Amino acid sequence: MSTTVYVPGDSAVRSIGADDVARAITEGAAARGLDITVVRNGSRGLLWCEPLVEVVTSRGRVGYGPVTDLDVASLLDAGCLDATTGATAEHPLSVGVVDEIPWLASQTRITFQRMGVIDPLDWDDWRAHGGLAGLQRTLTAGAVEVIDELVASGLRGRGGAGFPAGIKWRTVAGAEADQKFVLCNADEGDSGTFADRMLLEGDPFTLIEGMVIAALAVGATRGYVYSRSEYPAANDTFRRALEIAAEHGVIGGDVLGTGVPFELSLRVGAGAYICGEETAMIESLQGGRGMVRPKPPIPALEGMFGKPTLVNNAMTLATVPMIVADGGAAYSKAGYERSRGTQIFQLAGNVARGGVVEIPFGLSLRELVEGYGGGTRTGRPVRAVQVGGPLGAYLPADGMDVALDYESMIAINGMVGHGGIVVFDDTVDMAEQARFAMEFCAKESCGKCTPCRVGSTRGVEVIEKIQAGIDRSANLVLLDDLCELMTDGSLCAMGSLTPLPVRSALRHFGEDFQR
Amino acid sequence: MASRRTAWSADEGERVLRGLHEHDRLVLPALQALQEEFGYVHPDAVAMVASFLNVSVAETHGVLTFYHELRTAPPADVVVSLCSAEACQASGSRALRDEVASAIAPVGGRSADGGVDVVEVFCLGNCAFGPAALVNERLVGRVDLDRLHGAVASAREEARA
Repeated sequence: MSTTVYVPGDSAVRSIGADDVARAITEGAAARGLDITVVRNGSRGLLWCEPLVEVVTSRGRVGYGPVTDLDVASLLDAGCLDATTGATAEHPLSVGVVDEIPWLASQTRITFQRMGVIDPLDWDDWRAHGGLAGLQRTLTAGAVEVIDELVASGLRGRGGAGFPAGIKWRTVAGAEADQKFVLCNADEGDSGTFADRMLLEGDPFTLIEGMVIAALAVGATRGYVYSRSEYPAANDTFRRALEIAAEHGVIGGDVLGTGVPFELSLRVGAGAYICGEETAMIESLQGGRGMVRPKPPIPALEGMFGKPTLVNNAMTLATVPMIVADGGAAYSKAGYERSRGTQIFQLAGNVARGGVVEIPFGLSLRELVEGYGGGTRTGRPVRAVQVGGPLGAYLPADGMDVALDYESMIAINGMVGHGGIVVFDDTVDMAEQARFAMEFCAKESCGKCTPCRVGSTRGVEVIEKIQAGIDRSANLVLLDDLCELMTDGSLCAMGSLTPLPVRSALRHFGEDFQR
Repeated sequence: MASRRTAWSADEGERVLRGLHEHDRLVLPALQALQEEFGYVHPDAVAMVASFLNVSVAETHGVLTFYHELRTAPPADVVVSLCSAEACQASGSRALRDEVASAIAPVGGRSADGGVDVVEVFCLGNCAFGPAALVNERLVGRVDLDRLHGAVASAREEARA
């Protein structure tokens, strides 16, 4: 009897040896005359347990992890990688039935319901796990009902701004134009985030499905996914996914026999963080410098080449198929106050159990960092946590009892952002982190507005003076003034939010600026 | 990587531009296609792209200099992109960067034997396995100097193959 064994092909897992594990299994099976089929799935997101090898048995998918190539012989010899004996085989690396691991079982996987479960480029496998249900309902229900469902779901933009997705869709749908665009922002530049990358690699058809639904709902005929050059493996996988989707008639000249065209392609950036800002992304997609545009006009009315353009984050678009298939009310049941549904949090940095935690909004940061994350990987005390990427606030260990939802985070001068949580232990120098925030802004500013372009360079200088003990109290006043100016005067979030990490470091870790 | 590259010439440059898909006949995709083919954007290509797309040389130059990744000189066989963003900083990337500066080259530099360029990038999406690096197109997690040397050695072999 043939046995199916899953070894993730996700690039993060490959970066710590998954290919060696897969090779060892194939070679070990051949040497022993065993009939094993190795499937390269995405990652389930339990990165602390990766490489996680899963075996299909009568009990379900039984897992072992973290596995190295050196462990494979003992797994084979113990009968673990066998469909029959694998159900009861014992091994020190066994984590039991993967779906029952509390870290995973306690999550609410909606957007990531197929992540790590399926073979990412196997169309039939994807269909067997509910793929295309949302698009099929779109074809029968029609655009108005789909947008109503999206509004009812309460889904808000997962890129970080948190704008209600349904309202944005309604605006684009209502705009009159000869051409409209749907753009997916997968320019996931925030440190500590990797969910978009995992999606492109682990469940690309779902993103494509979400974009086709969007196109039909708003009346767009052309779409682009804007990804990052730092994600070469994800881009390769996604290009193949586009080809396969076209073969199945989901994209191209005639979407599933409707007579409606939707051409979709991938564009890749060239190492510019600012292109994650939606108007800079549009400029980049038009082939130019990634310069931020003033708003209004909003892209929903005047976006790509001046046409009405729907811009959504990859996570937003990948959530759409489930909302349309199961209804907005079902999605809206999860969540906290005005933050409905689930957020894909990513635990990163110096954390014992890093990975993806998809849960309803409202859990406390402490439960996420200490509960799921298990504290630091180094075993030292947690000192600081940065939430929401390089423009997000640094919070101290005693400030982690905040609920993770859009409004609660704003209330403490922070933000959920794209859901990245970066953990630091007590060796971190927070004055240096503040200096880096300004340096990053100086390097990545598009240069359009003066507060960001000049302010960030001045910010680096003034923090360096404070670090060096030069006229410290006067320079701290100057830094505060500069932060206020950048916040109030910058054109986009890059310049206006860079003060967030700087000021939070000053507020919570003032002693680091007095050394 | 290097072995797959075409040597720059005006004729080859024209060929790449003519091969662009209709939707990609824009400055950034054109420059990216040239870099993909030749490993860099030859300074002579700027006027060529401008003329081909009917835009100004200034606009083309502006795009070329805006994006960190576009380069105007040939890279080494192996490019090591060290992640310098916060999640990797939390996992020791600052110390690694210093070690790499002594052992291979500082950020922005080339190794003494000319075979390896070291550049910095902000986030490779491998934030739970930091420090992370990209060695040519191969992502490496939990990087220390030993693992980096190993990845560089295999990338050099691939480049020679």
